[in-house]
Amino acid sequence: MKKKFMWYDYLWILSALYLILGFFNILFAWLGLLCFFIPLIISIVRGNKSYCNKYCGRGQLFSLLGNKCKLSMNKPLPNFIKSKWFRYGFLAFFMIMFFIMIFNTYLVFSGASDLKEAVTLLWTFKVPWDFAYTAGTVTPWIAQFAFGFYSIMLTSTLLGIITMIFFKPRAWCVYCPMGTMTQLICKAKAGTSKE
Amino acid sequence: MPKRKAFINKNICVACGCCLKVCPKNAIEIFKGIYAQTHDDKCVGCGLCAKSCPADAIELTKN
Ligand code: SF4
Ligand code: SF4
Ligand code: SF4
Repeated sequence: MKKKFMWYDYLWILSALYLILGFFNILFAWLGLLCFFIPLIISIVRGNKSYCNKYCGRGQLFSLLGNKCKLSMNKPLPNFIKSKWFRYGFLAFFMIMFFIMIFNTYLVFSGASDLKEAVTLLWTFKVPWDFAYTAGTVTPWIAQFAFGFYSIMLTSTLLGIITMIFFKPRAWCVYCPMGTMTQLICKAKAGTSKE
Repeated sequence: MPKRKAFINKNICVACGCCLKVCPKNAIEIFKGIYAQTHDDKCVGCGLCAKSCPADAIELTKN
């Protein structure tokens, strides 16, 4: 039975567009804050994961690539990735890296360091990204944040694509920090002691 | 005759909603954003949800 397509089933287009725009003008990276705040606000205010369940374009993108484009091997994830300590550990690691990124932005803001026109992949590899930014367009820290935030978005997409290929299409959703965080918020909100 | 039904392990479920999207009978809902729940009366045991679940939290059981 075919399911009815809703408007939000097309949000993957925005997710794809976001990644593409970063190659042309890094400042678009700021828009990514939306996929940071919207899920958090929904879970805090409504106490549900409708962001993951309905609106998340990234999840849809993985699903499309994996199912429609048949790029996924559809294998089960190794158990350790599904474990609580890995999911919570990855969330903690992600948050630490996020705050380091904020701190780097602060250093540029305060003048202690210069703007680095690079995108860091997998928290390690610095890729020159000066083609997507004309020096002096905006205050340096605004550009620094854009580079930093886009690094996070591209890195998580990369990880997601790798696990999409080797495991189930939306394997990323198992260890996605936003998904883990919103689930935790929902648990806290429901006041349940369920594991 | 025993019928197959989807059974969701709440402890593994990440509440992503993949199962929700594929269930042809709308037999699944996400309980308060914490885990997925099936409605046994609606579930026809097709197994689509289990196939889509990235956390492999769904099993089909006979009851
Ligand atoms: S777990 Fe992450 S990628 Fe998956 S639907 Fe939720 S926010 Fe999107
Ligand atoms: S697909 Fe699996 S992990 Fe996701 S909500 Fe359904 S049962 Fe839970
Ligand atoms: S087995 Fe089929 S009908 Fe039952 S919950 Fe899963 S997808 Fe829905």
